[in-house]
Amino acid sequence: MAGLKEKYKVYAPKRFPNGSVRYGEIDSLSEIVVDEKSHFSPKEVYLPIAQTIFYFKDSRCEESRPEDERDILIFARACDINAIERLDTIFLKNGGTEDAYYKRLREKVRFVLIECAGSFDGCFCVSMGTNETGNYMGILRDGKIDTQSEPVFVRENKKAVKIPDIDESIVKDVFGLEYWRGFDEECAGCGRCTAVCPTCSCFDTIDVIYNETSLDGERRRVWGSCMREDFAAMAGGHNVRKRAGDRMRFKVMHKIYDFKKRFGVSHMCVGCGRCGARCPRDIVFSDIVNTLADEAQKLKAKGGAAL
Amino acid sequence: MKNVLMPAPHRILSVVHETSAEYTFRVECSDTVEHGQFYVLSIPKIGEAPISVSSRGEGYLEFTIRKVGRLTEGIFGLGAGDTIFMRGPYGNAFPVEDFKGRDLVVIAGGTGLAAVRSMLQHFYANPGEIKSLTLIAGFRNKDSVLFREDLERFKERFKTIYCLDDTEAEGFKKGLVTEYIRDVPFSAFSDYNVVIVGPPEMISFSAKECLMRGADEGRIWVSLERKMSCSVGKCGHCKIGGVYVCLEGPVFNYAEAKNLID
Ligand SMILES: Cc1cc2nc3c(=O)[nH]c(=O)nc-3n(C[C@H](O)[C@H](O)[C@H](O)COP(=O)(O)OP(=O)(O)OC[C@H]3O[C@@H](n4cnc5c(N)ncnc54)[C@H](O)[C@@H]3O)c2cc1C
Ligand code: SF4
Ligand code: SF4
Ligand code: FES
Repeated sequence: MAGLKEKYKVYAPKRFPNGSVRYGEIDSLSEIVVDEKSHFSPKEVYLPIAQTIFYFKDSRCEESRPEDERDILIFARACDINAIERLDTIFLKNGGTEDAYYKRLREKVRFVLIECAGSFDGCFCVSMGTNETGNYMGILRDGKIDTQSEPVFVRENKKAVKIPDIDESIVKDVFGLEYWRGFDEECAGCGRCTAVCPTCSCFDTIDVIYNETSLDGERRRVWGSCMREDFAAMAGGHNVRKRAGDRMRFKVMHKIYDFKKRFGVSHMCVGCGRCGARCPRDIVFSDIVNTLADEAQKLKAKGGAAL
Repeated sequence: MKNVLMPAPHRILSVVHETSAEYTFRVECSDTVEHGQFYVLSIPKIGEAPISVSSRGEGYLEFTIRKVGRLTEGIFGLGAGDTIFMRGPYGNAFPVEDFKGRDLVVIAGGTGLAAVRSMLQHFYANPGEIKSLTLIAGFRNKDSVLFREDLERFKERFKTIYCLDDTEAEGFKKGLVTEYIRDVPFSAFSDYNVVIVGPPEMISFSAKECLMRGADEGRIWVSLERKMSCSVGKCGHCKIGGVYVCLEGPVFNYAEAKNLID
């Protein structure tokens, strides 16, 4: 481990004093929590919750510099390793530009695979095709990093999810489903689901001044959430997604329809099931996806007529 | 590696008070900008916001800003000689090449006029490029009228209808822009385009009115405003379904825009 830490900053799921399992730096492989799914995803390592992007000194604007030269080693499961490709798509490809802050951390990231002895509650990686990966340097086995063996992947989850067959002919009707209105009351708009999601990438930008009399300050990037009411609020009181149901629709459709439509490769959701596990209102994402699959099928049978 | 979020300092050359809540800032800048594009303006330690280019000229760009919150209030505190930070230009533009040689109808509500002003100035200076130009511009009241000198000049070369929401005044009819769309002779045009800019409801009512008057939806262009944080396709705020307004917009053909569901 000492050798490892010379070369890498080492992150793994570990238990925090408040009982939650989330990613943090470790000093020993024995700290890694293997028999439980981490409550938070590893994304906070390469997409920090809050990150300074510029320092303002007098009237100058300086780009922040990474604090550590070492590479980053992350112990992660197949779903989370697959999830980083979704973030790469947004931060390194969308719009034809690369985000400097994401890239400088992302380039350093290497993975060690944590195998899943069985599927945890709520997981549906098999349905999303994210149960396997080849992107790792070694496998965590018997408290050591094994670089020789072949990994064992989960082949079946307790939960199976049908991916809705949505296309241009019915997408307007899917948006128009009365079903979404149920979430106006049900969803609290708290944003916990997006905070724990390994593929949620949205952020806000805020400027801060160190104190009233200071000339210095900084610009920060902080995680944002499309589930919160102010996400789309504009000047003049306009808010295009004022209702929680509209925001739920926005998120769900991104995860299982329009991300893939735009980028072509895979759906955004990797089926980790964390969003459902963290929701204070017990809203289970995979149930929503299954309901949509049924509704989409009905719409197709009707030839796309509105319900 | 180029940091696309890095803003550059620019000098403010002059400030014109259009109304008590809308000022036009002329900023030193020699970028090549197309009609309809925008910049992200910022004041370090206060914030950033997307603002349309309202005019362009030799060595300068203009921005017409409505004071609504933290950053815009900060910008109102700046004057000639002060520094403002900018990054851009961003977004697509009006398909001005397609507009040439045809009839053009521009329908603008309030500050929305800022987004089409540079294009209107271009056609005012080059009237031969366009077959005809009809401008319908609406404002809340006499005190909220922008670009008074331009509006006066435009009367010489464009067919103009200016209106105020609920009062009549010299040179201004009473009523909303939607009420004057019926005066546009769509059936007399052989080949035309319509541009609509303004608040969301105004855009949707105006587009519907144009369709009712026989306009073809594929000839209507709108400029959409959405919340933006990055303007480079990363933050997710401006996304509508599979479309990023900061990348594919802000200008959309109505045939596409009408299918965008937030
Ligand atoms: C492509 C594009 C072009 C634009 N062009 C122009 C232009 O040419 N001129 C122009 O004046 N503007 C333009 N805008 C709008 C401009 O970007 C906004 O007015 C600006 O971002 C406001 O910034 P601010 O910091 O001053 O306001 P903020 O302090 O961010 O707040 C503005 C207003 O938003 C509301 N608001 C803020 N937070 C919340 C919340 N949590 N919940 C509900 N409401 C909230 C408040 O009512 C507040 O008054 C454009 C926008 C886009 C996307
Ligand atoms: S299951 Fe939920 S948390 Fe996990 S990737 Fe899908 S949307 Fe995100
Ligand atoms: S965690 Fe649940 S209640 Fe909170 S925003 Fe997500 S779906 Fe809504
Ligand atoms: S404004 Fe950030 S993605 Fe468009």
